[in-house]
Amino acid sequence: MTMTLRTEGLCKQWGGFKANTDISLSFQPGARHALIGPNGAGKTTFINLLTGGFPPSSGKVFLGGEDITRLAQHERVKRGMTRTFQINTLFAGMTVLESVMLAICERRGLQKVWWKTVANHADVVEEAMALLATLKLTNEANSITRSMAYGKQRLVEIALALATRPGILLLDEPAAGIPSLESKELFEVIAGLPRDVTVLFIEHDMGLVFRFADRITVLVGGKVLTEGTPEEIAADPRVKEVYLGEAEHA
Amino acid sequence: MIGNFIGVLFDGIAYGALLFLISVGLSVTMGMMNFINLAHGAFAMVGGYVCVTLLSKLGLPFLATLPLAFVAAAVAGLVLERTLYRRLYKATHLDQVLFSIGLTFMAVAGATFLFGPTQQPVHLPDWLRGQVHVLGLDLGSYRLFLIGVVVLITFGLYLLIERTRFGAQIRASVDNQTAAEGLGINVSRVFSLTFALGSGLAGLGGGLGIDVLGLDPSFPVKYMVYFLLVVAVGGAGSIKGPLIAAIILGVFDVAGKYYVPQVGAFVIYTLMVVLLILFPFGLVRRKA
Amino acid sequence: MNAYSTTALKAKASAADSPSVDAQAVSHATLRLPNDRWKALEIVFWLLPVASYFFFPDYLVLISQIMIVGLFAMSLDLILGYAGIVSLGHAAFFGLGAYTAGLLSVHGWGEPLSGLLAAAIVAAVAGFIVSFLVIRGQDLARLMVTLGIGLMLFEAANKAAFITGGVDGLSGMVMQPLFGAFEFDLVGKTAFWYSFGVLFILFVVMRRVVNSPFGLSLRGIREGGRRMPAIGANVDRRLVAIFTLGAAVAGIAGALLAQTTQFVGLDVLGFPRSAELLIMLVLGGTGRLYGALVGAAVFMIAQDKISGFDPTYWQFYIGLLLVLIVLFARGGILGGLEKIVARIKRKETA
Repeated sequence: MTMTLRTEGLCKQWGGFKANTDISLSFQPGARHALIGPNGAGKTTFINLLTGGFPPSSGKVFLGGEDITRLAQHERVKRGMTRTFQINTLFAGMTVLESVMLAICERRGLQKVWWKTVANHADVVEEAMALLATLKLTNEANSITRSMAYGKQRLVEIALALATRPGILLLDEPAAGIPSLESKELFEVIAGLPRDVTVLFIEHDMGLVFRFADRITVLVGGKVLTEGTPEEIAADPRVKEVYLGEAEHA
Repeated sequence: MIGNFIGVLFDGIAYGALLFLISVGLSVTMGMMNFINLAHGAFAMVGGYVCVTLLSKLGLPFLATLPLAFVAAAVAGLVLERTLYRRLYKATHLDQVLFSIGLTFMAVAGATFLFGPTQQPVHLPDWLRGQVHVLGLDLGSYRLFLIGVVVLITFGLYLLIERTRFGAQIRASVDNQTAAEGLGINVSRVFSLTFALGSGLAGLGGGLGIDVLGLDPSFPVKYMVYFLLVVAVGGAGSIKGPLIAAIILGVFDVAGKYYVPQVGAFVIYTLMVVLLILFPFGLVRRKA
Repeated sequence: MNAYSTTALKAKASAADSPSVDAQAVSHATLRLPNDRWKALEIVFWLLPVASYFFFPDYLVLISQIMIVGLFAMSLDLILGYAGIVSLGHAAFFGLGAYTAGLLSVHGWGEPLSGLLAAAIVAAVAGFIVSFLVIRGQDLARLMVTLGIGLMLFEAANKAAFITGGVDGLSGMVMQPLFGAFEFDLVGKTAFWYSFGVLFILFVVMRRVVNSPFGLSLRGIREGGRRMPAIGANVDRRLVAIFTLGAAVAGIAGALLAQTTQFVGLDVLGFPRSAELLIMLVLGGTGRLYGALVGAAVFMIAQDKISGFDPTYWQFYIGLLLVLIVLFARGGILGGLEKIVARIKRKETA
């Protein structure tokens, strides 16, 4: 399933504060697209605008050619665009398996079913276990989410998104809070996703960005600074200044 | 007819002013701590009973009992906040509701045990009874006094919140607790003092309101809806919102009971549901 | 979409596996999932009312009332324990059901089962309408709306005394024999089995609902309301559905009360009833269905024993109990028992 994602002049303003200004981007189907920029540049705001977390002050979002600007969050997921959260947003009291099965049931339209127990849906269980296996979470299937280590919870965060089988996957700092060895493994899983799935990810770790992205957009102060291939971005003096400048003031 | 209407309006405003006085503390603490406190009316009741006790047992003049009611309720609030309430700030709203219902029951039972289940009479000083002739209208002296007191206190609150450092700390804590802490504000102390202040104001309102609202052990339960209503409709965390909401609700309640007595309290509940549908986050929505 | 197929995922998984994790070895039998297997303890639990019929023949009326209130409490558990909506006005639906059944009977239609059905429908429609108000806004607004609806209905019933009998209550109900054969006797035998039957059947249904994908999504709303839209769930629609169901069951419970006591008092709608219900549910433990039943039983038996005492003391100790539960025993009775069992199990394996 290839999908195009496009924004037109997207703006978000709170009072006097302009979080996103005039962002017009287009994401190629199947791209591994990174969104980078200093803290507070408006990257998460952009993801929220894409997924419908809040409405934009102006501008439009197009998914597969359809104007989804006014569409509710869950409708966008049904159309194939899913996100993960920067801070783990999980089902604290449920087990990992239950959480993933919940996501799968939603996708399959099984949430209306009240006459058959969860355990009786053998095919859903199989799909869930297969997904857990790809993320090496098989042993945690019965673990209650809130009792797990942060790193493992982060994997569950990704699992929930993958369970919806998105055509477009938006990852908000997927490696945040987990040690570098595990984050590399995580990115291997993401890189291993079907080729026709578009992945847009926010990341601060430049090593991961340059390893896994085939296209990079740089956001500064709510505006797009530049966009290009990893080589172009690495060579761009303005980008260096943004990051170097940041390091000097730090 | 007009005279009656003005009279109803005046009574409604006085009633609303009283509701506001009692509820303002609830609004600020609810906005600050996100704590649903159904027991707030109990602090008002404490103030009321303190007034009555001081009046009848010690023979103190009415005006002197009011500040003492404030202090008593404020102390009660401070003690309860430090010992019990603060343990539940991170709890679910359900837990907070249950906890405060439990406190309310205990307060009601305690008041019944100590003072009996009947209404408490209050003897107002002579100069507050009767009516005052203002602009061709006869207005009740006591209600005029009420409105005056609430106006003064509202003004004082405004000065406190907008002009003092403590007020700035309150505003910061309501807006963004974590950021306030990051700025070095001792948020837990701000909570305690604000809670005490709010409870004290409720106690003052309870004492002032004996003549208008009555005082018996079921006071916290009877009026709980009204206080929560003022805060829910007005918007927790603000002062302006509950003020507007209290006046609206006060006027409508009095008008409803006067013009359509056969429907009575139905008017106010319907109004509440309508307002909540239109403004699910309150008239004045809290920032962040 | 083929790239996502389960077989492809499995192939990737086994390719990526380290020797210590074998996906095939984790058989489905070891997985903890909501299922429909009846535990031995549950069967014992349901034999208790049956046994009590023979052992406590003088208390049939009380036990019937416990079962009816237990059903009422379960309906609130669906809304509160599973979906997480704090409602202070659930008695509104209970009362609507009671008055529906009562008025039908008073005006000539005394057939019990159809009365139940009518009550369920009326309460469900009311629940459906109210649910749209409840899904807007935050906890406080929801609380106020549910409280307000309850109070409104109480006022309405009070003022419409020419229909409802007002403060004096609705009397003059005449019930037809159940199934045309079993008269509602004064001792309460028919009422007992009637209540038990309805309770058990509805319990089985609710148990299934709670363990189904629908029930799982309710828990999802409670546990992670923010994540639900992000996995494609229409939360509002789910809440409307469960609120309607909860209202319908409450209505049936109310109708049962009316039919078995042949009287409807104004208190079925009052705030004290909503508050007491909340207390019972929390006492037993929310989110477990059985908690509602246990809580109702404990509360009502205690009330029956202590009612002789000064009601002021009763109110004080209930208040104190609530405060203590919230501070120290969050899971109620069943939660506490679960913790004890878990501790014993840990000691055994240690």
